[in-house]
Amino acid sequence: MEWSGAVSLGAMTQRITRDEVVHVARLARLSLSDAEIDEFTSQLGDILEHAADIEALDVGDVEPTLHPLPMVNVLRPDELCPALDRDLLLSQAPAAEDGQFRVPPILGEEP
Amino acid sequence: MTAHEPSLPEEWELVVGLEVHVELATKTKLFCGCENKFSHIPNTLTCPTCVGLPGSLPVMNEKAVEFAMRLGRALGCEIHPSVMARKNYFYPDMAKDFQTTQYDQPTNADGQLALADGTIVGIERAHIEEDAGKTTHVGGGGRINDATYSLVDYNRAGVPLVEIVSQPDIRTVGHAKAYVSELRDILLAIQVSDAKMEEGSMRVDANVSVRPTGSDELRTRCELKNINSVRSLGRAIEYEARRHVDLYTNGEAPRQETRHWDEEGGRSTAGRSKEDADDYRYFQEPDLVPLSPTAAQIAEIDASMPVLPAARRARLGELSSVADEVIVTVVERGQDGLALGAIEAGADADKVLTRIQNDLAVDDWSAVTSESLAMLIQMETGGELTATQVKQVLGEMAAGEHGGDPKVIAAAHGFEAMESNELETLVDQLIVDHPDEWSRFVDGDDGDRKKMQGFFTGQIMKATKGQADGRAVAQLLGQKSAG
Repeated sequence: MEWSGAVSLGAMTQRITRDEVVHVARLARLSLSDAEIDEFTSQLGDILEHAADIEALDVGDVEPTLHPLPMVNVLRPDELCPALDRDLLLSQAPAAEDGQFRVPPILGEEP
Repeated sequence: MTAHEPSLPEEWELVVGLEVHVELATKTKLFCGCENKFSHIPNTLTCPTCVGLPGSLPVMNEKAVEFAMRLGRALGCEIHPSVMARKNYFYPDMAKDFQTTQYDQPTNADGQLALADGTIVGIERAHIEEDAGKTTHVGGGGRINDATYSLVDYNRAGVPLVEIVSQPDIRTVGHAKAYVSELRDILLAIQVSDAKMEEGSMRVDANVSVRPTGSDELRTRCELKNINSVRSLGRAIEYEARRHVDLYTNGEAPRQETRHWDEEGGRSTAGRSKEDADDYRYFQEPDLVPLSPTAAQIAEIDASMPVLPAARRARLGELSSVADEVIVTVVERGQDGLALGAIEAGADADKVLTRIQNDLAVDDWSAVTSESLAMLIQMETGGELTATQVKQVLGEMAAGEHGGDPKVIAAAHGFEAMESNELETLVDQLIVDHPDEWSRFVDGDDGDRKKMQGFFTGQIMKATKGQADGRAVAQLLGQKSAG
């Protein structure tokens, strides 16, 4: 398969726009330079192009896959385990106060 | 609907869907063995998994899955193979920066809930997810927007929840309240949650919109949060619906957003505009494998299902002719087993239910048995006790006095029915002593007759220290005046 920049750049204009990449980056709170935006637009375009190739296959006879792992119902009994020592837990945090994690002011609202 | 049911202008119809979060009463959290309980001491019920430490892995609690499926079946849902998903967001109430939930493949879907009056509300889904931790905002009056910093307690992070999402089928405030109380009754009956709104183990969000009456469109909805009681739910929906009507009437329109219900101020305030679902960047949880319950497991759940409140009400309805509200109350309080037992033991069904509703509205009635209640009701129907005495005896039975034996309690108070000839002698004497009153009773108009009946009954009660049976007195007076 050909993976030259020219081909993927052609693909990306159809699969994902620069604006969409900027939007997704904002959702993930990623700060991207202009060069990075171009780079990821191109890479994501390639990935979507590949997905489109797979989408084009006839999979009518194939059982849908719920999950990559071939297992279901991995469960544990409802039994207590000892809790972490709180001082040890809080000692891992940048800041703690009154037995709680202390975090900077939250911008935005509860989900 | 009650007389207090507030109504929108006739040309507008209310459209409500409810999202109810229910904490499951498992011993441990959803994905780890930390204790699932309320603790006032922050961060003492945590482990590497529920604080999202690197290298930790979640494993699903089998009891939580069973409880979720039991709830699904109680709501008539189909159980599907399901996968867990990550709902990503930036808020420190989850140390992992995502909540593990179900997205496009929930365990339970397509059910329904029948309200006490027979109205059916569709259930879109009832999915499994984990609860988040608790944040406290410090400085700036404790509000999130002007806080200096925030504190986080992860005791609640990872507690198993089921979120029950209704269809937008609810058309009145009364039905919204009835939905929540019916759901609570079901949760208690199947013993998967203690379902206490005031303690947060059952939390209700309401999606509210309005539309022109007769139309079937769905207009812009607002999601109301911070509703802490059934009463508050009614007020919040009512307020929000009126706000929408006012906006449309002024040529404006509501915008789709989450709104915060302020119970004290009696109003809702704007929160964030509703994010699109894909803004949460849902994706499948790679650390958990799918749930795929077998037909045998589902059959086992169905077989172990207790009789649900709706069927329990229907049973009492067949046996009695009391008003629906009486039966609803008795079932809601879980006193229907007591009532059924007493009825089976031979007591009059209507009397049993009415007595329970009126005189057994107490937290602890465990000292009252079906047998003792049946005996009491039979003493009442047999004329051994007056209505007032029955009420008093039942109160003392509930308090466990004298071993809860109605005969012993009645005897201890000297409650003994007057022999009817004793009563008759007394009435005859009163007629002789009060000839004017008696003639007003016999010959007077309805008002006079009523007044004098009150007078004679009062005299008799005074003479017998309240031990005479009011109905027997009325009957005797009737007979005497006719004879």
